[in-house]
Amino acid sequence: MLRYTARQLAYMALTLIGVSFAVFVLNEYAPGDVARKLLGAYATQEQVEHLTRELGLDRPVLVRYLEYAGRLLSGDLGQSLTFKVPVAEILWDRLSNTFLLAAVAFAVIVPVAILFGVLAGVREGSLGDHLILIGANFISSLPEFATGVFLASIFAVWLGWLPGTSPMTTGGGWSVAAQLVLPVLVIALYDVGYLIAMVRVSMASVMRQPFVRTAVLKGMSRPKVILRHALRNALIAPFTAILLQVNYLVAGVVVVETVFAYPGFGRMMLQAAMAKDIAVVEAGTLVAVLIAMTTQLLGDLAYRLLDPRIRLGR
Amino acid sequence: MSGALLSCAGLTVDYALETAGLESMGQRAVDDLSFDIAPGEALGLVGESGCGKTTVALAIMRYLGRNGRISAGTISFEGRDLGQLAPRELRQLRGGRIAMVYQDPHSSLNPVMTIGQQLMEVPLLHRTRRRAAARELAVRALSEVELPDPEGMMARYPHQLSGGQQQRAVIAMALIAEPALLIMDEPTTGLDVTVEASVLALVDRLRRRHGTSVLFISHNLGAVGRLCDRVGVLYAGRLVELGPLSQVFANPRHPYTRGLLACVPSLADERRGRLLTPIAGTLTERARQAIGCAFADRCAHAVEGLCTSQPIALEAIEGEPEHVTRCVLAERLPAFAVEGEKGPASEARPAAEPVTEPLLAARGLGKRYALGGGRGALEALRGIDLDLERGGTLAIVGESGSGKSTFARIVIGLTEASEGELSFKGKDIAHLAIGRRRRDLRQRLQMIFQNPDSTLNPSHSVGYALERTIGRLHGIGRTQSRADARRLLQLVQLPADYAERLPEELSGGQRQRVAIARALAAAPDIVVADEPVSALDVSVHAAIANLLKELQARHALSLVFISHDIALVRYMADHVALFYRGRLVEFGPAEAVFAPPYHPYTQMLLASVPDPSTPGQRAAVREAGTAVSQEIGRGCPFAARCPWRIDRLCDRVDPPVLEPSDSHRIACHLDLIDLPRTIERTA
Repeated sequence: MLRYTARQLAYMALTLIGVSFAVFVLNEYAPGDVARKLLGAYATQEQVEHLTRELGLDRPVLVRYLEYAGRLLSGDLGQSLTFKVPVAEILWDRLSNTFLLAAVAFAVIVPVAILFGVLAGVREGSLGDHLILIGANFISSLPEFATGVFLASIFAVWLGWLPGTSPMTTGGGWSVAAQLVLPVLVIALYDVGYLIAMVRVSMASVMRQPFVRTAVLKGMSRPKVILRHALRNALIAPFTAILLQVNYLVAGVVVVETVFAYPGFGRMMLQAAMAKDIAVVEAGTLVAVLIAMTTQLLGDLAYRLLDPRIRLGR
Repeated sequence: MSGALLSCAGLTVDYALETAGLESMGQRAVDDLSFDIAPGEALGLVGESGCGKTTVALAIMRYLGRNGRISAGTISFEGRDLGQLAPRELRQLRGGRIAMVYQDPHSSLNPVMTIGQQLMEVPLLHRTRRRAAARELAVRALSEVELPDPEGMMARYPHQLSGGQQQRAVIAMALIAEPALLIMDEPTTGLDVTVEASVLALVDRLRRRHGTSVLFISHNLGAVGRLCDRVGVLYAGRLVELGPLSQVFANPRHPYTRGLLACVPSLADERRGRLLTPIAGTLTERARQAIGCAFADRCAHAVEGLCTSQPIALEAIEGEPEHVTRCVLAERLPAFAVEGEKGPASEARPAAEPVTEPLLAARGLGKRYALGGGRGALEALRGIDLDLERGGTLAIVGESGSGKSTFARIVIGLTEASEGELSFKGKDIAHLAIGRRRRDLRQRLQMIFQNPDSTLNPSHSVGYALERTIGRLHGIGRTQSRADARRLLQLVQLPADYAERLPEELSGGQRQRVAIARALAAAPDIVVADEPVSALDVSVHAAIANLLKELQARHALSLVFISHDIALVRYMADHVALFYRGRLVEFGPAEAVFAPPYHPYTQMLLASVPDPSTPGQRAAVREAGTAVSQEIGRGCPFAARCPWRIDRLCDRVDPPVLEPSDSHRIACHLDLIDLPRTIERTA
């Protein structure tokens, strides 16, 4: 287990080096040169060449990459052009907002998905199963911007119970908790339907397994059979899907962040990309990759606990 | 009957079939079934799949699922009507008074819980609230089923146990609450023959020790004969015969019972060289609804009108008051004798014809698999020397892990040997993987796999599968290959219009016929058949085995027949090779191998075979742990389980090869004269 983890960490480091190089090259090369991107379309050719020399962009790409990697390792992620602050500062600020939103959303989505997925799956084909499945399909087919605007108009505009935007500052008189409610609700509605379906189908197939019959015919009551025998087995298959939601919650909730003006990671990346703020895009990409790989590693290790048949590599 | 532990009276079970229409059609799975089990008695229920055996078990457990329902009759257990139990009482009964052992131990155990956790649940539900006491009971149960290291076993997960050990664990789980009735549903199907014998012997000991009644459900008449006092035969959900074991086996009065007894090969000598008698036809929906005899449409004795017009009652047989049967002709049937027409194999095959050159010859053949992480290699096969004559059948016998499938894979080119040679028509093919074999060589060596369900592409019609093979192997056009496909279907005794059908529209036996046709499409010299009948229903075994025999005689085919069913091997083979843990322990003509002197392993295998023709015999089988996962070291591979072992010799030095007769070789340290000469069978 330790050796496995160490090896996976080494792979992660290698992957990060590869990704950082790829991102670096992509951003600095195509299309057009960096100086032109920075100065914009109206700069003269002399200005562009001047900046190119000043930034050292006329040197070989490998040299510049190594310099860049060195700076990254020393914690210097560069200067953001749009936000006019060091990249590290804006990145950590936005990332912590996003982590807060993701954590709360995850804490809502996973139990709800398991609860309804299990309720539907244990009685496959029953009325309750059909209702849950239809409901899950319905909510996951609603686009986030639609539910976002719809819920905001009810709870913020009409009822006035909740703020319509979530800038995560307390200046507007709303607590941080109140600001989180609508974004979390919209994300959960969009995301939970898919997970319910995943858990449901896995639960249904486990309930057909002979070992469930063994447990029932031991004289065990049904709730106990479900909790002790079926649930853990039923979570093995959807586990990957559940973990993938972490990636989505961190880097994929741009729409919700935009609708609620939430100062999160996704919106930052979008803004930076639109403004050709290369330093932010590069650092953000690396962070997103790092998060994806970390969840994967944690997932592999957790699988081991969930399913004793899995032996991690030697 | 008073004093019965369990009593079924007029039990009728229906399944609602889901249909698109408003009215759901019902299927009668069990029809007016009555029987009793006395305290301490073992009753066997036999029949083909679909006869309602398992439904009876599940009806007793009141576990028929949402679409199953007891529509008539009662089941009473210890004087209580099981249909009237409250959910709480039912839970106390299940696992407490009545326990069950299932067909597939691997899937009957929860993969993510330790054996200990799963065992302890039972006493915690039924006997004690204290975990320490439950644990003690669990450990004791594990030692009672003779599992090695019961304490260590508690912490292990099901996948860390062999199949036989898993089934012992399930039996321990069933017996832990000391139930009055143990229901066993095909408990040994899928286990190796020696493991099966030791599990049956164990159950027999335990039931005598605890006075437990047993309902034993099986399609294996031999297994039923080992364990049961009485036997009931089910057909289409109806009881067609019931009586004391010895009377039913010696004097079966129902044609279906006779069919079941005649379709299994036996080790008994007088049946060598005869074709097995398969039961014609299959169990149809119409038979279930028949007013008269459900078996009439498959019965050779049936008389139109007499058998089909009115319901037939179970009636006692003259002179055997406890023996009842549901056949109007019962008293008129001739005395029972297993007979079959003379088979083509028995037709004057010269006993020791001067062999020119064997078609296939292995010399020192071996295979190692490298283990990851520099942990050395696993030797799957070592030093195999054997020959296959043109037109002959070489049977390879062994338990799982004996290397018999590895041998087949080398022959067919799915894997390469790591040492030795395998010459086919004088050319070494041991190191020639299938991708490097030329088309004509591939054509000459064909294979039939164990499970026809997974070897036929479900989305292609039977005809397409055959045509494609013909087209690829012979490079001929469509019209010609289409005609050939139809001819092949007729060859395997299927109607030619089956070419249009998809595999799912065929029965298991029919699918295996298609697989045989596919192998024959290449016009091969050698067909390797890897357990070709073990996934099929018993009544089909005979038909497939006969078909292979006939095709072989007609096309001068050579057959490599891999099986763990000794009786079937005896029926099929000219030469027999016994593999044990990757080594060849005995090789020779079938008559010589099955006659004394025996290799100790051969003797043990023969003693393990449950044989319906000699019911009641109980074998003494030693199962000293499982030998499967160990690496092949030096010395005799069988030393650990051999009662004749000579310490510090057998386990260290490779045994010499003895030659009791020409071309019969036994690898053993015993002197020829000391080799076992009887199949020891003790009560």
